[in-house]
Amino acid sequence: MERAAEIGLARDLLDGKPEAFDRFVDHFSSKIFNYSRLMCGHREDAEEVAQETLLKVFESFDQLHDPENVRAWVFRIAKNACLMKRRKSTYAPDRELSLDEFLPAWSSEKDGLTKLEIADWSSLPEDQAIRSELRRVLDETIAELPAIYRTVLLLRDVEELSTEETAQVLDVNTDAVKTRLHRARLFARKKLDQYLREDGQALRKVSG
Amino acid sequence: MSSHKHDENCRKMFAVLSEYLDLELSADACREMETHIGGCEPCAEFTQSLRKTVELCRAYQPQDMPGPIAMDARQQLIDAYQKMLAARRYRLP
Repeated sequence: MERAAEIGLARDLLDGKPEAFDRFVDHFSSKIFNYSRLMCGHREDAEEVAQETLLKVFESFDQLHDPENVRAWVFRIAKNACLMKRRKSTYAPDRELSLDEFLPAWSSEKDGLTKLEIADWSSLPEDQAIRSELRRVLDETIAELPAIYRTVLLLRDVEELSTEETAQVLDVNTDAVKTRLHRARLFARKKLDQYLREDGQALRKVSG
Repeated sequence: MSSHKHDENCRKMFAVLSEYLDLELSADACREMETHIGGCEPCAEFTQSLRKTVELCRAYQPQDMPGPIAMDARQQLIDAYQKMLAARRYRLP
C-alpha cells in the first residue's frame, strides 16, 4: 500500500469511518509482524507484538496528531513492544560495524594502479530465479546484521521511513541514523557482491 | 573491473556514499562527489552497486505472513477503537 493510501486510511479512522478498520488492521498487522519477526526472530513473539501494537494504536489513535505521520507513529509503538519481549533475539549479536571492514578490495598492479574487485552489477537480470535467490541472500543478510543496524535498514530502506522519522522511532539523532544506515547497506552490498561473484555468475549463465 | 590510483579522496567519498544516494549531502559536497565519481571509474562502479543494493532492499518483501487474528483479539481491537472514537467525539466541539 502506498503512503498516500495509508494516510487516507488513518484519516478515515479518525473520522470514524468503520470501513477503514479492517484494511488498516490487515495492512499494519503484516507490516508490524514482519518488522518484529526480523527484529526478534520468533514467529510467536512477532504475532504478539503485532497484536499488542495494534491494541495500543487503537487505544491512543487520537494522539496521532498528524495522519501524515501514521507509519512512523505505528512503528514507534511496535519498536517499544518489540523491546518488551524478554526472549533474546535468535539473530546476530550486537557489535559495532566499522567503515573499514567494507572498504572495497583493491589489488595492486605493476604500474602502481589499483583494481577494484567487484562483481558485475551493471545488468542484474529481471530473471525470476535470480530475483528469488537475491531475496534469499537478503533474508540471510538481514538476520546477520547486528540489531542496531538491522532496525535502521528495515525502517529506512524496507519501510521507506525518512531519516527524521527513523530517528524519532528509535530515539536517536539523525546522524546516528545516517551512520548506521550506511554501514548496514555496505554490509548488505558486500554479501550481495559475494553472492554475485560466486553463485550468481553460474545462475546468470544458465538463465541468460 | 577498472584501474586507477586509489587515494584518500576515494576514502572520503566512500564514507558519505549513502548520504549522496539519499540526496542528503549539501550542494557543495554533492558537486564534489559528482566530480570525483565522474573521474574515478572504480568509485562510480562501487556507487552503482550500492545504489542497486538499496533498490533490492526497497523491493524486499518478507514472505512469512502472520496467522489470522483470532476473533476475540479482533473484538478487543474494535472495542478499543470504539472507545477511542467515543472519547474523541466527547472532546471535539
